[in-house]
Amino acid sequence: MSKVTGAQSLVNALEAAGVDVMFGIPGGAILPAYDPIFDSKIRHILVRHEQGAGHAATGYAQATGRVGVCIATSGPGATNLVTPLADAQMDSVPIVAITGQVPAPAIGTDAFQEADIRGVTMPVTKHNYLITDPADIPRAIAEAFHIASTGRPGAVLVDIAKDALQKESTFNYPKNISLVGYNPVLVPKQESINDAAALIAQSKKPVLYVGGGVIKANAAKELMQFAEITGAPVVTTLMARGAFPDSHKQHLGMPGMHGTVAAVTALQKADLLITLGARFDDRVTGKLSTFAPNAKIIHADIDPAEIGKNRHADVALIGDLKNILQALSPATKSALAKSQPDLTPWLDETYGWRSKFPLGYDQPSDGSVSPQYVIERIGKISGPETIFTAGVGQHQMWASQFIGYEKPRTWLNSGGLGTMGYAVPAAMGAKVGAPDTTVWAIDGDGCFQMTNQELVTCALNNIPIKVAVINNESLGMVRQWQTLFYNQRYSNTDLHSKRIPDFKLLAEAMGCVGLRCERPEDVDKTIEAAMAINDRPVVVDFNVHRDAMVWPMVAAGTSNDDITVARSMAPVWDSQEL
Amino acid sequence: MATHTLAVLVENSPGVLARVASLFSRRGYNIDSLAVGPTENPKVSRMTIVLNLEGHALDQVSAQLFKLVNVIGISEMKDTDSLKREILLVKVANKAATKEIAKKHNVSIVDETASTISIEAVGSSTAIEALLTELKPHGIRELVQSGLVAIERGANTLADRTLSTMGTANESESISSTADYQN
Repeated sequence: MSKVTGAQSLVNALEAAGVDVMFGIPGGAILPAYDPIFDSKIRHILVRHEQGAGHAATGYAQATGRVGVCIATSGPGATNLVTPLADAQMDSVPIVAITGQVPAPAIGTDAFQEADIRGVTMPVTKHNYLITDPADIPRAIAEAFHIASTGRPGAVLVDIAKDALQKESTFNYPKNISLVGYNPVLVPKQESINDAAALIAQSKKPVLYVGGGVIKANAAKELMQFAEITGAPVVTTLMARGAFPDSHKQHLGMPGMHGTVAAVTALQKADLLITLGARFDDRVTGKLSTFAPNAKIIHADIDPAEIGKNRHADVALIGDLKNILQALSPATKSALAKSQPDLTPWLDETYGWRSKFPLGYDQPSDGSVSPQYVIERIGKISGPETIFTAGVGQHQMWASQFIGYEKPRTWLNSGGLGTMGYAVPAAMGAKVGAPDTTVWAIDGDGCFQMTNQELVTCALNNIPIKVAVINNESLGMVRQWQTLFYNQRYSNTDLHSKRIPDFKLLAEAMGCVGLRCERPEDVDKTIEAAMAINDRPVVVDFNVHRDAMVWPMVAAGTSNDDITVARSMAPVWDSQEL
Repeated sequence: MATHTLAVLVENSPGVLARVASLFSRRGYNIDSLAVGPTENPKVSRMTIVLNLEGHALDQVSAQLFKLVNVIGISEMKDTDSLKREILLVKVANKAATKEIAKKHNVSIVDETASTISIEAVGSSTAIEALLTELKPHGIRELVQSGLVAIERGANTLADRTLSTMGTANESESISSTADYQN
């Protein structure tokens, strides 16, 4: 077999792994790889900051279900990937990061642009590699893709010493990957399935607590079938928006800190939580000891370490959600055929909460634009085929609340790590993965100023995303907490972004179309104008009311029972509901 | 407060100790002692970890540990069905009383100067502790102790339970595994 450089081996391996696009920036240590990349059929998108490359890979992966790939040089190039790696790992998104490392003999000498990126990323990746022998490159790449995309998906980093890229070896891509310490359990035990079905058949107040795992497992269809068999109310977490259609009659909305009253309360009052690919995160449970106090727990997850981590599971179903639901549906059907509890009182109650406490917002009295209205209108006008990404903060919560999601992989956000600046690069990655789909980044003015440089990348590479900057000239969510918990002392949350920068000019400077909207009556036509532009990225600066707040809210560390629907306002329950 | 001993088979690969240490540190698990060394299989190292678990369930710790790709198998070493040993090297004054204690505990004097003796002891934590309690009044000049190592009693091996096929250097490339704690 003829010899090739490690760099060529790397590119061959990426091609063999089925990579069609990667996001990156060259630099000294990774430079040898960029020579064969020049000739490769893999599309390389030259970003403006490595963080953009990482989030773009994540957005691509979330939109398509395929592994996202980013590539950077050693030292600062690699450390700039740390945030997106941690972000993808927290949200179980399959990405592979390739980084150059200083030549092997220089490792450990504090060489120019040296950083121990394997050491740095150990806690924020599913697995990582440091490769110093060119012969090891194909296997490491094959394993990285295997680990990133199977079991509970996650982030994998492959750090390759520069001299390993330069030296020659034979290219030999492994056909089968067998890792002694890595064998995810995919098929649930039938016995546990039967136990779960038996619990369901006894429950008078069940709720399907649906998490992002359902989307990762491509199990939305199976979820629908199962949900309709049980007839139980469904809640979808921030990571699961779109896993179950918002328009479905069993859907109560999102649970958690800014969830709907119906979803939060249904979990609190349930006698059984059928937990599907969710992890009892603190933003969902509130004060854990008071969460769903009367509920038995069925916990289905591909990651055994999630079982019992935060909440004891009465029945654990370990496996791929698609397999689990395919087994659980018939088992539940036959269990219910023997004994079917009457869910009518429970459905009346939960659907009653839903109609009594719908999501809503007030129009500002001063004639300024309501941020919720802008987001709601974008959702309505662009429609459920659109992919939406969001940054982190108030606009993210509103985008989750006021856009109706009907399909999986149409709502991409940073749920676990809560990474401000996620929206623009993630939208770029999503648009590359789904070029025929409209992609809207719903961003805040704070978030937008963290990563907007990638609009240059979008403009130059024909990636026509749409960005709505929900400009309340504040770090809005922090400001909301200062309003509620810090006596309205607005320490360092005023961004002045209605003055500086001028987002319209900034957008145009970056080769995008810049639009601005300052009046409620202009919202629809501005959105329609943005919808009509498909040859360039478009940025709309929506100047909105700065004091709008996200409601409902369960304050951090308090019980879900203490949900407020507006400031200091608990839901007004009928006496029999208490 | 509960102390547990875990025997952990790991791939003999660079960085594996760092991965385990990093996991314990970031999840707030307290390690009392950790011993790591080679096994009968050159591809596999074995760690014996003594954990002080407060507020963490053992199966949660095991599950998190097993998520590390380089971890092949985990088993709890219970007092009732395993042998546990520590090594102690201790330097004390060279006098009749200390030599007498060494003799009584059936441990070796492995070095001697005019003023000091060095005692080597191998035994259970209890035996080591008993020896030290007696030596203490005579003044301990220097003391070094290994982490605990443990092996199952009887004919069973951890590898039998965690590896369906044990690869050796000459044998098959692949070795597959399960953790016996799972499910």
